[in-house]
Amino acid sequence: MPYSDTLDIRLTDTSLRDGSHAKRHQFTVDQVRSTVSALDAVGMPVIEVSHGDGLGGSSYNYGLSLTDEMALIDTAVQTATRAKIAALMLPGLGTKDDIKMAADLGLSIIRVATHCTEADISIQHFGLARELQLETVGFLMMAHSQPPEVLAAQARIMADAGCQCVYVVDSAGAMILEDAGRRVEAVRAELGDDAQVGFHAHENLGLSVANTVSAVRAGALQIDGSTRSFGAGAGNTPLECFVAVAERLGIRTGIDVLGLLDVAEDVVRPIMDAECVKDRLAIIMGYAGVYSSFLKHAYRAADRYDVSGAEILLECGRQHLVGGQEDQIIHIAATLAEAGPLAEAAR
Amino acid sequence: MTNKVTAAIVGPGNIGTDLLYKLLRSEVIEPRYMVGVDPDSAGLRLAADLGLEASSDGVDWLLARPEPPALVFEATSAYVHVRNAPRYEEAGIRAIDLTPAARGPYVVPPVNLHEHIGAMNLNMVTCGGQATIPMVHAVSRVAPVDYAEIVATVASASAGPGTRNNIDEFTRTTSRAVEVLGGAGRGKAIIILNPADPPLIMRDTIYCSLDPATDRGKVAQSVRDMVVEVQGYVPGYRLRGEPQFDDSDGSLRVAIFIEVEGAGDFLPPYSGNLDIMTAAATKTGEELASALLGARS
Repeated sequence: MPYSDTLDIRLTDTSLRDGSHAKRHQFTVDQVRSTVSALDAVGMPVIEVSHGDGLGGSSYNYGLSLTDEMALIDTAVQTATRAKIAALMLPGLGTKDDIKMAADLGLSIIRVATHCTEADISIQHFGLARELQLETVGFLMMAHSQPPEVLAAQARIMADAGCQCVYVVDSAGAMILEDAGRRVEAVRAELGDDAQVGFHAHENLGLSVANTVSAVRAGALQIDGSTRSFGAGAGNTPLECFVAVAERLGIRTGIDVLGLLDVAEDVVRPIMDAECVKDRLAIIMGYAGVYSSFLKHAYRAADRYDVSGAEILLECGRQHLVGGQEDQIIHIAATLAEAGPLAEAAR
Repeated sequence: MTNKVTAAIVGPGNIGTDLLYKLLRSEVIEPRYMVGVDPDSAGLRLAADLGLEASSDGVDWLLARPEPPALVFEATSAYVHVRNAPRYEEAGIRAIDLTPAARGPYVVPPVNLHEHIGAMNLNMVTCGGQATIPMVHAVSRVAPVDYAEIVATVASASAGPGTRNNIDEFTRTTSRAVEVLGGAGRGKAIIILNPADPPLIMRDTIYCSLDPATDRGKVAQSVRDMVVEVQGYVPGYRLRGEPQFDDSDGSLRVAIFIEVEGAGDFLPPYSGNLDIMTAAATKTGEELASALLGARS
């Protein structure tokens, strides 16, 4: 069943949220205005705007925002003519107060994210969101780490709480071949008509477009990506590339392919500090199953303590860190520095 | 038993049961009553086996005892404690509240317990607050802290429905207490649940902003001193390495890393987040009891 009469799937561009990680949370009002305006013009149905870690994310642990995200959301809402504006929030970091504030600014969609085994901490937030008549999306993060049946049970918790679309989120960019489709299929089977299924990918192992196609074939109706891959780690599914693939496959996204290619090149690329690339550390994140937003933090800690960024990320994987535990990166780097030459010699 | 103060535990769940084991070791508190509402409660049965008077008839039963307790430890929920608190006070019973109800002042023993020894109701803040506020206070007592931020990571298995259903309450209460008790101009609190198996021990990170001219050695010493003080009632409270100072962006901040391993009384050792609540409540109860005994003699 298609998303609507005119769309097979609905795309959400997350450049102005996941891209915040790559930008170290330094977005300006002007950058948000130009990006929203351009994406809106080529028919992007949903545009997500907030700190990379969601509402309330501005912090020592995740990085202080240059601009108050409420100002960015306000700008996005004022600029968009057709696109709906969405924001992310993580219970335990943001609160219901943040949701209310964003709703007052005209936010259309709230996306509530939890680690993929902890869906029950989102119940009160979905409840509030529905009261405020926001459209709701649930994010099961680090979904590669759990088998399909566990994700399905967690998706059920979110759907019962008022979530209208549960996303399988490959936060580490670690899913390979059947991983994405199997998970989406299990969640879709569990939810039936109660809620839709979405898919969010990262490009760390170079599979984001392929995984997204698998997810669509398994029944995902909402798809995330970022124009020019602008996101954490090696970036997200490059939407300009995905819409081209989708058109060839006969999947209707409603986006003007050539138009989005221009936006990627002329509007989004100029505001990026650098291209999101599959460099050593980004690939290790997919390989070791590490939360993609750890990338910039690992670079910084490696630099500050003069230790190997790859070793830091591998240790994050060994310790089974989940999204949000950026604080442990400093501790791991300090510990590696202390072990120093001895540890180097042992290898 | 004449040299002990009598106490009741209301709420015979995991927290109440762990608390019971700690109180049974106390030299100044005699846990005498365990109160619940479910006749099938394992905690009530255990308490009865250990020699307490246990009842599933709730607080009505407790308040009808011919010899009501001097102290009550509330390990139910905020909703229940809001109803019970005025009844305890009316009966002249001092309440130590382990729920987020916050009817009385927040108490973190090494920070401000001495200020509230006479209060009728004391609130134990949150697990994250008990673990991190001593560190914020340790920094702010030797250097001004405009902003403090704490990150508490607990094992999923040790986060019960109370925490899960009210996670905003954790962040709000803890960030406020970081300001009020920790002494930070502004506070922020973050909680993360990690499902790793085997479960990880509670970890906390405390960031404080500092003036670039701050004497770092003095801050580090104050932190180490406070860790020893907390270890006096939470033996598994440990510093993970030295405090890390970061001045890379022109300002200065310190990051302090700790872990809290539980005593394993009833709850498993990884749930240091729960242990530090029952340990802080026990410490608070003992200080209150000692004051009462001192006044009596």
